[in-house]
Amino acid sequence: MKYLDEYRDPVLARRLLDELRQTATRPWRIMEVCGGQTHTLVRQGIDELLPAGMRMIHGPGCPVCVTPLETLDRAMAVAARPGVILTSFGDMLRVPGTDTDLLSLRARGADVRVVYAPMDAVRLAAAHPDREVVFLAVGFETTAPANAMAVLHAARLRLTNFSMIVSHVLVPPAMTALLDDPDCEVQAFLAAGHVCAVMGWTEYEPIAARHRVPIVVTGFEPLDLLEGILMAVRQLESGRYEVENQYVRAVRRTGNTDAQDAVRRVFRVTDRAWRGIGALPDSGLELAEGYREFDAARRFDVGGLCPVEDPECIAGAILTGARLPTDCAAYGTRCTPRHPLGAPMVSSEGTCAAFHAAGRTPARSTP
Amino acid sequence: MSIQCPTPHEEDAVVLLGHGAGGRLTAELLDHLVLPAFGGSAGPLEDAALLPGYRELVVSTDSFVVSPIFFPGGDIGSLAVHGTVNDLAMRGAWPHALSVSLIVEEGLPLADLRCVLTSLGKAAQDVGVPVITGDTKVVGRGAADRLFINTTGIGQRHGRLHPSAALARPGDAVLLSGPIGLHGTTVLSTREGLGFEGDIASDSRPLHKLVRALAPLGESVHVLRDPTRGGLAAALNEIARDSSVAVEIEEGVVPVPKAVASACDLLGLDPLVVANEGCMVAFVAPSAAEEALAHLRSLPEGAQAVRIGEVVEHNPRGRVTLRTLVGARRIVDMPLGEQLPRIC
Repeated sequence: MKYLDEYRDPVLARRLLDELRQTATRPWRIMEVCGGQTHTLVRQGIDELLPAGMRMIHGPGCPVCVTPLETLDRAMAVAARPGVILTSFGDMLRVPGTDTDLLSLRARGADVRVVYAPMDAVRLAAAHPDREVVFLAVGFETTAPANAMAVLHAARLRLTNFSMIVSHVLVPPAMTALLDDPDCEVQAFLAAGHVCAVMGWTEYEPIAARHRVPIVVTGFEPLDLLEGILMAVRQLESGRYEVENQYVRAVRRTGNTDAQDAVRRVFRVTDRAWRGIGALPDSGLELAEGYREFDAARRFDVGGLCPVEDPECIAGAILTGARLPTDCAAYGTRCTPRHPLGAPMVSSEGTCAAFHAAGRTPARSTP
Repeated sequence: MSIQCPTPHEEDAVVLLGHGAGGRLTAELLDHLVLPAFGGSAGPLEDAALLPGYRELVVSTDSFVVSPIFFPGGDIGSLAVHGTVNDLAMRGAWPHALSVSLIVEEGLPLADLRCVLTSLGKAAQDVGVPVITGDTKVVGRGAADRLFINTTGIGQRHGRLHPSAALARPGDAVLLSGPIGLHGTTVLSTREGLGFEGDIASDSRPLHKLVRALAPLGESVHVLRDPTRGGLAAALNEIARDSSVAVEIEEGVVPVPKAVASACDLLGLDPLVVANEGCMVAFVAPSAAEEALAHLRSLPEGAQAVRIGEVVEHNPRGRVTLRTLVGARRIVDMPLGEQLPRIC
């Protein structure tokens, strides 16, 4: 387990910061796409140590945050039905839906369980043939292979009591949508290392070329982020716009082709609404025709859902990096981790929650 | 006495698991519901209370609902002894007597019950504290989960050792007696079958000898606390609040075992909020810090004792901050609620 020490070394971190200060001559704007990277940046205070004027813009890569309200409301409606075991990753349980959240539903008697892998949900279904086990499948390309494997496994076991609420999203369409916005300030991207471990980076090459924007595939440890930022700044300073790989220990250009095959078998690309951002074409995954029997949305008719967002929440502007959590009038007052108005205040990968946990206030919100 | 609804703004009409997790939700429940029902609290909430009318006698009670009841490094029986002995110790007391109450679910194998009670008996014997009274109740299947244990302890304070969560002072050194995160990650890993349980074991152990080792320092020892539910983050926040001081710790020196760090990384947990059952934090006067460390390190349970920070003047009172590995500062907040239910 040496990786922890190697990638958290304070002396090396300071050396990278010094190099960054010597390299950066302009106030560059770099977006880290992934919420896991936001978490490390804010938790370690890396963004506060950047050269004067340089800014990290926190991107839309928190899967919990971009899961549409309608999906959440659907999950809660399904969980409230008798005989259902709703399974989910822990982060989803506190995300506010229109009326309530999954934790509160559980306290009122719904059978809501945290699982650590989708295969746990399949095992639950096999162990409880008299119950309907539903897995809330959210996330980016990173979690899609494991969810695909769960469906393939359930099919092999001929389970008729296992299904998924699928709300998968894809990174490249979101990056393209951000770059197409004329107000976009992002000058370089740190691509999400784990997404690229699955997908590789070939999809990012046309984006870098078309928008003339450097993209650095980056890991999640403090030194990964510092090195990724430095690589992006070097490109910006020298006028290059390539896809580079900082996360060489985990990512190769073509990614994990076995995992991609599993995803392609089980899912197909579809239009998807992103919470706070809106509908993006070809930006999500849904179950492919051959696996529709595992689609919980088909299996459970929950009637018409009427999702209503809290009008005060500016999650959309947060997720696109247009605003900071501390710009929000409700931040830290009407919206806290205890009483979140929107998803970014819930997940540890959410920008608002990361800011709040680090005690950032409007007076001290180093961008 | 009429009890008014103390929390009209609370829309959560039922108890959530997070209300028992030792974080902010627990504090809310205590402040808004539990304490008002008993006429309020006379001071900071300590691990153990002074027995009114007896200057040296200390009482503490604790219920144990850990699931599973057996885990690497201990079981619910030994934990029930260590937990209460440690709560007494955190007020500077040596344990004198324990009570043990059992709530057993119908259907629990007698062999399991015997195993737990043997372990409980051995733990009490090792500490040197007699079990002097107890109670046994059996409830129907489903009305409890296998076995719950309550222990209450009475202890006597060592001479001039009178630590309290309200006594931290600017300049105090913050000492930690050993590595953090072992108990919570072990129990979680065992319960959920996550596969880390081969590499780690709970740190459940008595700390009364460690506290006795500090007794010669007397009033220089300002605060003792074992960071159980809510972990080091909750313990430091409670001390900062109750003493109205600011605490700053150094991330790089807080000992986190590698297996704990990997488990926490994988599960998205912060080692600072994971429960411990075998280490303590001590706030001591700066002049006594080195001697206190030497005393702690003289015992096996304190062999890895380190200084992790100090009480600082430059931050707002009640705030806990951390110097990160890369040299920035961030606030260590009180954990909210449920991350790891039923770990003790």
